[in-house]
Amino acid sequence: MTTTEENIDVASPPPDPNAVSIVLNGRQVAARKGEFIIAAADREGEYIPRFCYHSRMSSVGMCRQCMVEVEGPRGPMMVVSCMTPVAEGQIVRTDTDQVKRAQEGMIELLLANHPLDCPVCDKGGECPLQDQAFSHGPGESRFIEEKRHFEKPIAISELVLLDRERCILCDRCTRFADEVAGDPLIHFISRGNNTQVQTFPDEPFSSYFSGNTVQICPVGALTAKPYRFKARPWDLEKSESTCTTCAVGCRITVESSRDELVRYQGVDSDPVNHGWLCDKGRFAFESVKSDDRLELPLVRTADGLQATSWSSALTLAGSLISEAIAADGPSSVAIIGGARGTNEDAFAWASLGRALGIESMSAQLADGLPDSVFSYPQATIDDAASASTVILLAPDLKEELPILYLRIRDAASKRRSSLIEFTPRLTGLTDYAWKSVGVEPGNLPAAVASTLSESDVAQRVASGSVVVLVGRSNLAEQDVFTMAALDQIMASIPSATVLPVLRRGNVRGAVQAGLSGASTVDILQRAADGKVNCLILLGSDPISDVPDSSLVRRALAGVQHIIAVDTLLHASTRDASIVFPAAAFAEKDGTTTNVEGRVTQLARKVTNRGTARPDWMVALELADALNIDLAMGSVSEVHDHLVRTVPTFATATRSALAANPDGVVMAHAHHRHSPVLAPTIPERSGFGYRLVVSRTLYDAGHVVAESPSLAPLAPSATVHMHPLDLARLGAVEGAHVKVASSKTSIVIPVHSDERVLRGTVWASWNQSGPNIGELIDASQLVTDVSVENL
Amino acid sequence: MTGTYSHAPGFIAGSRPKIVTSRFEYQDSYTLERYLATDGYQGLRAALSRPATDIHEDVKNATILGRGGAGFPAGTKWGLTPQGVFPKYLVVNGDESEPGTYKDRLLMERDPHQLIEGCLIACYAAGLSQCFLYIRGEMAVAQERVATALNEAYAAGYVGRNVLGSSFSVDIVLHWGAGAYVVGEETALIESLEGNRGMPRLKPPFFPAAIGLYGQPTIVNNVETLANLPWLLRNGAEAYTAIGTKTSPGTRMVAVSGHVKRPGVFEIINGTTTFRDLIYGEEFCGGILGDRELKAFVPGGGSAPWFTADQLDLPFEASQIGPAGSMLGSGAVMVMDETTDIPAAALTLTRFYAHESCGKCTPCREGGTWLERILSRIVDGKGTPADLEQLIEVGTSICPGDFPHASNEKLGLSAVPFPYKMNTICFVGPSAYAPVNSALVLFREEFEAKITRRNMIPVGAAL
Repeated sequence: MTTTEENIDVASPPPDPNAVSIVLNGRQVAARKGEFIIAAADREGEYIPRFCYHSRMSSVGMCRQCMVEVEGPRGPMMVVSCMTPVAEGQIVRTDTDQVKRAQEGMIELLLANHPLDCPVCDKGGECPLQDQAFSHGPGESRFIEEKRHFEKPIAISELVLLDRERCILCDRCTRFADEVAGDPLIHFISRGNNTQVQTFPDEPFSSYFSGNTVQICPVGALTAKPYRFKARPWDLEKSESTCTTCAVGCRITVESSRDELVRYQGVDSDPVNHGWLCDKGRFAFESVKSDDRLELPLVRTADGLQATSWSSALTLAGSLISEAIAADGPSSVAIIGGARGTNEDAFAWASLGRALGIESMSAQLADGLPDSVFSYPQATIDDAASASTVILLAPDLKEELPILYLRIRDAASKRRSSLIEFTPRLTGLTDYAWKSVGVEPGNLPAAVASTLSESDVAQRVASGSVVVLVGRSNLAEQDVFTMAALDQIMASIPSATVLPVLRRGNVRGAVQAGLSGASTVDILQRAADGKVNCLILLGSDPISDVPDSSLVRRALAGVQHIIAVDTLLHASTRDASIVFPAAAFAEKDGTTTNVEGRVTQLARKVTNRGTARPDWMVALELADALNIDLAMGSVSEVHDHLVRTVPTFATATRSALAANPDGVVMAHAHHRHSPVLAPTIPERSGFGYRLVVSRTLYDAGHVVAESPSLAPLAPSATVHMHPLDLARLGAVEGAHVKVASSKTSIVIPVHSDERVLRGTVWASWNQSGPNIGELIDASQLVTDVSVENL
Repeated sequence: MTGTYSHAPGFIAGSRPKIVTSRFEYQDSYTLERYLATDGYQGLRAALSRPATDIHEDVKNATILGRGGAGFPAGTKWGLTPQGVFPKYLVVNGDESEPGTYKDRLLMERDPHQLIEGCLIACYAAGLSQCFLYIRGEMAVAQERVATALNEAYAAGYVGRNVLGSSFSVDIVLHWGAGAYVVGEETALIESLEGNRGMPRLKPPFFPAAIGLYGQPTIVNNVETLANLPWLLRNGAEAYTAIGTKTSPGTRMVAVSGHVKRPGVFEIINGTTTFRDLIYGEEFCGGILGDRELKAFVPGGGSAPWFTADQLDLPFEASQIGPAGSMLGSGAVMVMDETTDIPAAALTLTRFYAHESCGKCTPCREGGTWLERILSRIVDGKGTPADLEQLIEVGTSICPGDFPHASNEKLGLSAVPFPYKMNTICFVGPSAYAPVNSALVLFREEFEAKITRRNMIPVGAAL
């Protein structure tokens, strides 16, 4: 029997069970079961005015602006389109006289008590109330009574101010705080016409996500301190880019006025940030404008660092490097850093390093995980937020990767995912966890093994997809415990995928682009032993990042020359021989890679500070000075070269990136490697407590320190202990205690903190005050300390 | 106190059938002792001896209309919860705060055991495992008496585990409100019970019967509705439907206030007693105070459109009141005689609703206050001719289309039937407009009179 083409039975695709057809203004329109009329209308280009509706939050139907007419059994009914689900055959009209009357009436009512101070309002020009008053309003007000008055504005947090007279009580900010951020610190108080948004008495709206309320406010009621009165919306120039403050890679618009950054706004990128930003990312633009930025290359003279020209600095740098290589070979040169730059920056430097034969390159600062973490089967953020089980071997996401925290919190609080958390200190996700296991430093592999053998856990992980979030939850403990625990999980759940949650902006891109090969601790150890002549620091400050301060001090003292490329001078570059001024974020084009390997485009929005140049350009010019031809001359050539030569970047071509604003997830190369075995847990030394050190969102790092609005939010250095431990010690809250490890001791204030496990002491990394890094010895598996009441 | 009253609040001696006020004549009507001596908990015993579905069927057959305001049949409401979900809750709406209404308060103060027995029967019949009794914050006596009665009932084994030795167990939880009118709305009451701000939820999509208290299926019933159940169980559905009419069987309690000789709560026959009987009847109110003329009356609580003498012969029958342009609502009649200053009366009611708006939705929050501000200007003699149109315009923003009102022979006005359409989430917003609309439609000349006086001041005169 022969088969002709005509005989092939082409099965028609099965009807979509979720498809619904409605009649919108006389037009047959396809919709999705369960969605609201307003969402279906948006897709069809029929704009229905709205204030309280927000597609990323639950509908409340409060403002009543989106009323439409739906044909019902007793004739047309007025319904709110933000809370009325579509139904098969539903007849919806958005343009009848009755709808127009209702919408105009609502605008008139909303404007009745609104101060109409648009000329002095920051929102004027981009204000949904203003815009919709023009498009859907009656044109004039008949309200002649005295308007409602409140004291204006009041600060509801360090960053956000509230003008209650402008507020139209749409519940967006309060809903965001409760539903999305999980910080229900603002709410309505009073009633009826006196209803107002307020904080609770003596409790500010101190959420890491407070800036989002300003962005979603449909009027000018909420304003952010860094932007207030800085610009008018019609003067703003905007480009879409990606925030690189941490590694989540939230899409943003970079907005400038007169060549000065004034604001970042969140862009709703479905796979990543859903439009939200953390306050650190949102207000980090202030650090780009810092007065401390370097404008000219600096070289060391007898009088210290002196400004010089690019050509002489480049010539000097070239000769320092070639002398070092000539004297002791390429192993005497090392590169640390690169994770703060673009993929192109990292690739240009890695290319130069390879051309010179340098093997000691590391983009991590000993506070992450081995680069091998990228060779496990990889998960995306969406995979994690939709997994049936999420296992967290991670630091507190709320502190390190805040928007990833929102995504995981959303999945857990809406009961899509069950969280199993292993942590040395309770985290922001603990309240949402299905199971939270407190783990003392060094105990992680054992804790994971025993938890996985519990029958309910085994049942849970077998019930669906599993994603493991793995990061460095304790800087005072070697990463080998985390990697051994990860290998245990992968062995018992072979289908699990891994999302490495390393925090530094482009750490994944820098490692993949070639800034890898050695560990920072090894490089620093060799430097301390006098085996590194020339150390190149690419936007890195090992003194404040590497968790072993004495090792860093010995290493920096042991090298002959430090060549730094950075935006400003900091502790690690003060003794440098040469410092090149680097272009900052928003001053350069390129691409970045986020935590899940998603490559997105960055935008250059403002002119470089002084003569600052992007890192990639410094690398190429240094190659010229060294007579090396890297065959790249522009950022696009660097990018093309990266895509051609590095397989993980192969899909991230310029055309693919231009076509996908949400970016392209890089191709992952998985390979099996022999599992890391858990080292024997060291016996507790006589010191009594195990030290846990992790990061908080605000710290003494330059992003926060150089942003005037954020700097006051950083806590100073303290140690935290469980209240019972504190009582046993006999110390009171805020007292100074002496914390001693095998290396040295520091005197530091102590706080009572129920989130700390008994028998451990927790400290926040990189805060102003006593340096916790002095206590840590990178060569030790864990850090034991004693605490003495003074 | 073991004596009897010949005329206590809510009780007037007479031969009329008394379903819920039968014990009101006793001074100790609220004690367990008196309750047991007067057939107390016999309805519960009768119920427990039969399958729950039978009881539910009885209640359906009796067509007990909800007495909270909407008049939805209780038996039908109980059948709306999804099958196979546990737990389901009963929430008793004792947050009676509609202006003019004080019948539930008397039922709770004077016969708390009857309410508790009603709750138990409802829980048994509808398969509800826990009951929340929400009593308005201001009703201190009711709170105290219900609490005492509940303790007595627990101690005597009527409430709790294995009620009267049967396999039926139920708990009743008391909750005091904090004094917000809107919490009388069932979804706002649920929010308040959950510890949230008392703001109504939008329904649809979800009615409490599907997703209610703590996300579980929930039946919300009025106090009076439940108070009917013990009598029904003792006497049967047939005896119940023998009273009143087919569509409105049984009795109902009506609270009368205003310019009548004898204000109070009366148990009247559903569907047959007329407003004329109630206001002028000797066994009820006995006529208008000082034998003056009736000007207007509110037939069903402060949020109901007003009636005039034209509608006096209408009976308490929802199917006739609706087409006539108003509602029976919560069972409160407010009588205004010929001396009443109509704009001021409308202002009093509107001010209440504007003040009690929860602030959630725009039309009520902004519109209610706007109405109040215009009205108070008019009452103060500072109104302008444009104000009258503006009142209607603001009202139209709250309730689109024609607002219901009564007919008026004198004005040649025909009725616009109830109900209204709403741009709001709940009924508070339209309630603020209802008195304004009625007053304006029926007594426009009184508003104009107040405004004209203002207009007599010469333009430019020093004020």
